[in-house]
Amino acid sequence: MTAAATTHDEYHDHGPAKGFMRWIVTTNHKDIGTLYLVFALVMFFVGGIMAMVIRMELFEPGMQFVDPQFFNSMTTMHALVMVFGAVMPAFAGLANWMIPMMIGAPDMALPRLNNMSFWVLVFAVLLLASTLFMEGGAPAAGWTLYPPLVLQGGNNLPFAVFSVHLLGVSSILASINIIVTILNMRAPGMTMMKMPLFCWTWLITAFLLIAVLPVFAAAVTMLLTDAHFGTSFFDAAGGGDPVLYQHLFWFFGHPEVYIIVLPAFGVVSTVIPTFSRKPLFGYSSMVYATASIAFLSMIVWAHHQFTVGMPLAGELYFMYATMLIAVPTGVKVLNWTATMWKGSLTFETPMLFAVAFVVLFTFGGFTGVMLSLAPADFQYHDSYFVVAHFHYTLVVGGTFPVFAAVYYWLPKWTGHMYNEKLGQLHFWLTLFSFNLTFLVQHFLGLAGMPRRIPDYAIQFADFNMISSIGAFILGASQLLFLYIVVQTIRGGEKATDEVWEDAAKHGLEWTLPSPPPYHTFATAPEIK
Amino acid sequence: MSTNESYYIPSKATWPFLVVFGLAMFLAGFANLINESVLGKPMMILGGVTFIIMVAGWFSLQAIESEGGVYNAQVGRSYRMGMMWFIFSEVMFFAAFFGTLFYARMYSVPWLGGEGSGPGTSTQLLWEGFSAVWPTSGPGERYGFEESMGAWGLPALNTLILLSSGATVTWAHWGLIANNRQQLIRGLIATVTLGFLFVALQATEYHEAYTEMGLTLGSGIYGTTFFMLTGFHGLHVTLGAIILSVVLFRSIRGHFSKENHFVFEAAAWYWHFVDVVWLLLFVFVYWL
Repeated sequence: MTAAATTHDEYHDHGPAKGFMRWIVTTNHKDIGTLYLVFALVMFFVGGIMAMVIRMELFEPGMQFVDPQFFNSMTTMHALVMVFGAVMPAFAGLANWMIPMMIGAPDMALPRLNNMSFWVLVFAVLLLASTLFMEGGAPAAGWTLYPPLVLQGGNNLPFAVFSVHLLGVSSILASINIIVTILNMRAPGMTMMKMPLFCWTWLITAFLLIAVLPVFAAAVTMLLTDAHFGTSFFDAAGGGDPVLYQHLFWFFGHPEVYIIVLPAFGVVSTVIPTFSRKPLFGYSSMVYATASIAFLSMIVWAHHQFTVGMPLAGELYFMYATMLIAVPTGVKVLNWTATMWKGSLTFETPMLFAVAFVVLFTFGGFTGVMLSLAPADFQYHDSYFVVAHFHYTLVVGGTFPVFAAVYYWLPKWTGHMYNEKLGQLHFWLTLFSFNLTFLVQHFLGLAGMPRRIPDYAIQFADFNMISSIGAFILGASQLLFLYIVVQTIRGGEKATDEVWEDAAKHGLEWTLPSPPPYHTFATAPEIK
Repeated sequence: MSTNESYYIPSKATWPFLVVFGLAMFLAGFANLINESVLGKPMMILGGVTFIIMVAGWFSLQAIESEGGVYNAQVGRSYRMGMMWFIFSEVMFFAAFFGTLFYARMYSVPWLGGEGSGPGTSTQLLWEGFSAVWPTSGPGERYGFEESMGAWGLPALNTLILLSSGATVTWAHWGLIANNRQQLIRGLIATVTLGFLFVALQATEYHEAYTEMGLTLGSGIYGTTFFMLTGFHGLHVTLGAIILSVVLFRSIRGHFSKENHFVFEAAAWYWHFVDVVWLLLFVFVYWL
């Protein structure tokens, strides 16, 4: 035990390492949370620039700025960067910052692994980004990487595949850490059914990640061996089937949308009660609804492939199973509404984003029900209607709650209040331009405009121009968000410990100072 | 739930970043090698060596801390839960390959033969005269093979070997709990030996398949699923045997006690996991 005594200080030191090395060697959940969030913000702008390229090209019919191959690279990379580089890391950052403070733990359960999860992510994205600069360009077969098209990608394929492997490693390790932290590190008295809903939604999300990411890793491994090692997984001449890839991909891909949206549900379930000054309505039904959504999400994947020529029984099964998801989702929407019912509501920026989420996500959910109808889907498939649908679910379902969470917790993290006026301006600009961009895409899709094309028929011109103008405003508005965040970090009105009125009733994090010390809950708090 | 007076929080970690750096360089090198770039091989070797050294460094730090009594019971629980979820992710990885095998045997190959009213109708026109029987190298007749892999020669022997190794590792565990070091070490030696023997016999089988049976990775869907499933399993057995060798080495050095032997348990769980995968392989790849 003498050895342990001499190294004691090394395990219980009280401050971060000096200088830049702090960020490389850190095991502190707050540091790593910050790293994730900053990385996500950078990637949000990288993916955003790609979106701007897409909308510039589509501003009017004909070819304007980029060649079709590069345009397809942009749609592919925009999706991959936004999903894996921006939204998922943003929620991982929120999990790192908030979960230990919410459950009264001193840190994540596996701090060294936590450091590794973050840095794997950085290298994975670097590997992916390097394809932009190589001969033949970045992957251009869509983010789903369908064979046989993706196998013709040339030099980028092995880089894209290994990047997916590393992204998988990153997410799986982070998920293991989150599950173990929640199951093993709760303060005495913090029972599972007392946990903030954000912890519950992340627990279930982490389970989904561990269950489906290995399948995606296996699928892209098969792409690589098909392209370079002579296997026939997706080659009919060898007895394989390209549709098999779609099944494997969507076994991952459909849960993936819930991986993005479940932590968002958690954020919204945290923000709405605070600004309604009421406890969350139907807490336990929220937990069960989340678990049901996660379960259902794993058995509905083929509704993304209604048009590939499945047997009729398959079409019917996947159609009905998909519609079932509307039930637990409806439970959630009604619970959020009931939480606001007769509450003393105020509409600070986080609440605005949360309410907008409830309304617009429901809208995106309804177009989802339209798409789940197999016979109708034959009309919508691969059209801009699908693009509009998944931006209503993923931008509203992913990004809006991240904004809500950042405005909600930024005063806690930095010790400064953000500028409320500018925050609300950011909200209204984002809300307006988001709808301007994507609402019209529903009409484009119903009128027959296909997705993933750099040029289009003349009758789509007006709506495309409106959509592009909306996109430019949407992109520019995010610079305001960057400004607000930087301004708040650098100074501003001092935030109180509770920040929001009576917030301490809604979570342990509000009992801590703003900003919280480097290590919090070194001795466990007592939960009544 | 936590009931500890003080928590264990490591402050700084240099190894994880270096491990990631090595791993990323290895994969970037591999990608370059596939693209036939001269950079490929040196990057891959440098990255691989870095990765191995850094993993070794990280794990020896963990071993020193563990033997130094730094970890409390809560940390032990975290590690065990972490290992279980890691194995669950491996289960899903293999599930994808088994799913592929079942999909090919139950759906895509029969459809290529014209079965069913859905997809079968069009493929019948494309691949006229293809009779869908398993094993197959597909209707394109690119690379045939002379015979498929039987179940009752080497594979049956390998099943016996792996099952015995599962028993010996449990016997070693009993020795560890009873504080019988000799039983612990002997049990581990037997397990590691059986593990590497399995790998050697698998290599013999592959050699035979390539040189005598004409069965290769390129032999259509049968060769593809056969080699990818058994290949990934073989990689896992190799990895498991290396992990158990480290456990053996540490046992000889006097590490582990009745209360504190997470690494032993993790290695044993991993070993039982590859054992179960093999049983499924034996039934669905070799036998049926």
